[in-house]
Amino acid sequence: MNAPIIELTDVKKSFGPVSVLKGVGLKVYPGKITALVGDNGAGKSTLIKGLAGVQPYDDGVVLFNGEQVHLHNPREASRLGIEVVYQDLALCDNLDIVQNMFLGREETATGIFDEGRMEREASETLRSLSVRTVKSVRQKVSSLSGGQRQTVAIARSVLKSARVVILDEPTAALGVAQTEQVLNLVKRLADSGVGVLMISHNLVDVFQVADYISVLYLGQMVASVEASRTTSDDVVGYITGSKTYNGEAA
Amino acid sequence: MTTDVASTSNGAPAQAPGVFTPEGAIGKLVRVQAFQILLVLVVIFLIFSALAPTIFPQWSNLRLIIQNMSILAILGIGMTFVIVTSGIDLSIGSVLVFSGVVSAMAMRAVGGDGLPTAGLGILVAVGCGLAWGILNGVLVAKAKVPPLIVTLGTLGGALGLSQVLTGGVDIRDVPSILSDNIGYGNVPGTTLPLISLIAFVFLVAFGIILHRTRFGLYTFAVGSNEEAVRRVGVKVDRHLILVYSISGGLAGVAGILSLSQYGTTAIAGQSQTNLNVIAAVVIGGTSLFGGVGTIFGTVVGLFIPAVLQNGFVIVGVQPFWQQVAVGFVLIIAVYIDQRRRLAAARGTGVKRRFSLGNLVTRRK
Repeated sequence: MNAPIIELTDVKKSFGPVSVLKGVGLKVYPGKITALVGDNGAGKSTLIKGLAGVQPYDDGVVLFNGEQVHLHNPREASRLGIEVVYQDLALCDNLDIVQNMFLGREETATGIFDEGRMEREASETLRSLSVRTVKSVRQKVSSLSGGQRQTVAIARSVLKSARVVILDEPTAALGVAQTEQVLNLVKRLADSGVGVLMISHNLVDVFQVADYISVLYLGQMVASVEASRTTSDDVVGYITGSKTYNGEAA
Repeated sequence: MTTDVASTSNGAPAQAPGVFTPEGAIGKLVRVQAFQILLVLVVIFLIFSALAPTIFPQWSNLRLIIQNMSILAILGIGMTFVIVTSGIDLSIGSVLVFSGVVSAMAMRAVGGDGLPTAGLGILVAVGCGLAWGILNGVLVAKAKVPPLIVTLGTLGGALGLSQVLTGGVDIRDVPSILSDNIGYGNVPGTTLPLISLIAFVFLVAFGIILHRTRFGLYTFAVGSNEEAVRRVGVKVDRHLILVYSISGGLAGVAGILSLSQYGTTAIAGQSQTNLNVIAAVVIGGTSLFGGVGTIFGTVVGLFIPAVLQNGFVIVGVQPFWQQVAVGFVLIIAVYIDQRRRLAAARGTGVKRRFSLGNLVTRRK
């Protein structure tokens, strides 16, 4: 088995007196999809916000490619190649696709925007993800459909040779056909060698694409298993706390 | 259900694809509010020109209009930046007065009529404006007090302090170098008011900053989706503080210009300035909801009240009608903006439900 690209050990995070992450361990492998599941309030969002550098962890060790790193701000995470696609997509409606994809990391040539280069890279990225319906990369995001927005958000994450992409409920607001398409997109991401961490409430989706499943329960990682070695019923048990996982952490 | 989705997606109601063709470029231009309002301005201009052809369209009259607009234009720049971030700055009029007062006092204390005194006055005025702007920015960005309240507070604070400093009596000592050159002087060798050239330089410089630089892009982005900008690692708080500082600093510039033009601190004379500037910015197509706006639009938005005022006087209509007319133009401008936003929201809402299949993957 490959070495994990991300390895968290004993990560902790509290908000005032409330301890949200109570010593969590997690591994994400390059080229594999790790699903992070757990009930509302289990700490999934807090866990990924720490990885994104938005809300740094209070304590614990983060290994990236075997080396310890400190993720104090989003730029730090971005520099390592950790990208997050948030559930609410976090796109700016009044900006166009290129501006959104490059927001915070615009390409400049002698002080002014290198629009040509950014347009080209944005188009290439969309093409590499087999997206063909976007009429122009100069379209404002406000004119896009929900599915197109999800595409732009995912394309944004892989624009700058991401090593790890974290997807927060990528299929939550989508219909059946679109869910299928987004899941295919997620698989292609992993096939290209990117480590994918996907949060989902939908176990059907999880079992369809995930290689590993990690279950958070009240701030603790209660199970980390290979998807092929467990069942939906078991995972539901871990999520609700009615079953305990006794095996080795995968 | 699934078939519905599929069929809609195949016939994807192409999002105004014409926008990107040459003839679509004209269509796009027509839909830009700044351009629509420019057409309104042209119509107003033509009407007054027809009614008073010997007075209204003459350079001497137009010169008067742009001279009177220049100070408001400087203030309009800062206001455009602030409103694009979906904020508001009510304090500019008071900050203008405060900067003028402190600057006039400093110049009076130093004495003299020459360039060093004037230079000091300029620095003091801009410094005072910046200080109020930074205070506004910090309270908005860090303390998270709504900008309407913060700047309402500093509106009162700056005006009150000006009155405390002067005892409520206007200072009328302004170095003649300021009043002669900037106030009513022309660009040497022309009949172009120097104050208008100054305003024009500021407009161009800040127009470039807003529309061509990273700072400007982030200004639009913050107004569009602050959280998204924060997540990509842009220092949003610092950006907001800078934007309010620009507005305050430019109010300081306006303060010294006003001092030069009117030769007095005119403490009571700026109570409507903030509202007039906000009206102009909004008429010019800058959305109060943030994320949309142009410096060009603001200039056009400033011309409409100025031209109406001037034209009404010339054709013998009571100039009070100007306020009535501007009021209605303002409401219409915001109505158009609202309708466009609602249409956009409905559009995406419908598509979200029925044409998510626009996301085409390799499968297809």
